Amino acid sequence: MEFLSDLQAQFSTAYELLAAGWGVQLLWGIAWTLAVTVVSMLIGAVLGSLVAAAKLSHRGGLRFIGESYTTVFRGEPELLVIYLFYYGGTQVLTGVARSTGSIGSTDILNMPSFLGGVLAVGIISGAYQAEVFRGSFLAIHRGELEAARAYGMSAWLRFRLVIVPQVLRLAVPGLGNVWQLTIKDSALISVTGVAELMLTANKAARSTHHSLLFYTVAGILYLVMTSISTPIFEKAERYTSRSFTRPK
Amino acid sequence: MDLDFYLSTMWSVLKALPLTLEIWFFGIAFGLIIATGLTWLRASGYRLGEYFTRAYVFIFRGSPLLVQLYLIYFGLSQFDFVRHSPILWPILRDPMYCTIVAMALNTAAYESEIFRGALRAVPVGQIEAAKAFGMSAFTRFRLVTLPIALRLALPAYSTEIILMTKATALASVVTIMEMMGTAQKIQHDTFRPIEVLTCAGVIYLLLNLSIARLFAWVEYRLSPHLRPPPEQSQQIKPVPEVL
Repeated sequence: MEFLSDLQAQFSTAYELLAAGWGVQLLWGIAWTLAVTVVSMLIGAVLGSLVAAAKLSHRGGLRFIGESYTTVFRGEPELLVIYLFYYGGTQVLTGVARSTGSIGSTDILNMPSFLGGVLAVGIISGAYQAEVFRGSFLAIHRGELEAARAYGMSAWLRFRLVIVPQVLRLAVPGLGNVWQLTIKDSALISVTGVAELMLTANKAARSTHHSLLFYTVAGILYLVMTSISTPIFEKAERYTSRSFTRPK
Repeated sequence: MDLDFYLSTMWSVLKALPLTLEIWFFGIAFGLIIATGLTWLRASGYRLGEYFTRAYVFIFRGSPLLVQLYLIYFGLSQFDFVRHSPILWPILRDPMYCTIVAMALNTAAYESEIFRGALRAVPVGQIEAAKAFGMSAFTRFRLVTLPIALRLALPAYSTEIILMTKATALASVVTIMEMMGTAQKIQHDTFRPIEVLTCAGVIYLLLNLSIARLFAWVEYRLSPHLRPPPEQSQQIKPVPEVL
């Protein structure tokens, strides 16, 4: 049983290493991962609803923009989008700062890594959320919108009282999926240097030479995050559809 | 606009396309084999098999592919028995094989769920009819269940394949010079990330669009029974006199 003794040797040091400070670091990593995910989801929600509106628009131009957005950002590797915003942002910022003379002609103005990462992940998340919102809107019963119009509701009132509550109710399961995707995408922004869970695990693995331990712990923590969110979204689903439950 | 730069970048990135496709193909092929095994295990009705597949799907769908890749590439080599194994070590010390293994294990979890859903969606009436015809279990599976289930699984499967194309880019973080890795290198050399990444992005997008188109075509070919019948008038449309 060479394997078992090996495993035991690997994991006997686990407690020591985690107690020696890496445990706290990993908890901070979780906090950053959640921060990245939440901010990205919010950016994605704003972009997603705008893009969904564009895709549902009667104007061909807007529809084309919406279609292109969802096709491009769901079709590109996430890593590429993240590099584009991080390094591309640096390129733009440096160019602007050099031309205004606020930095020297050989200096570089770096894109803040959190901002770059969150923008990239948020835009990807927005592409998926747009599809969720669009599907939910299409699932609203036409008669409800007609009835609202027949009552003489203004466009804003219709949006606030009829469309939003129903889209939210129908979108919750889809948003749950996007949330899971976004948590997993947030691991990729470790490449830009945001000290989220993945990067913390990386640092720990490199400096202690216990990669197996730290990547396993990171994997378990991601599993905890994704599985905790399932009941939360189920609760949200029950809450948003509380007026739609039918007696069995 | 520096057209020469775009063209030369495009060409350099395109030269890495075969490597990307290699990772993509083997990841998908091995993934399909594992997924078939998992689906069979899940459908076999053994309690233990069901627990195993449930745990497998939970683990591989719930954590990021990057963690799985690092765990396989950096983590497993910590075991002495892996380093001393004549079979495992040549596979696990090579970043290319590690990427393929990680992708295959990851996609198998998603695919086995797709296949399970497709198997469950086969109409019961079809299977009952096959039974009534006296087909053996194998014939029933080969002629009725499998063709229907494959057809039902196709749309979700094509989405998964596109996710796999995107996942090949992760190979660049373990030093593989596929398209993403090549683009990264050019970007570092020239410090023109926007131009370089746009070139790579165009190639990835075209690749994914053609894969989507291919699957749409296969789907169309496989569902002649779902298409509306051609209009009678169109069939006997006279040849225009003036050509």
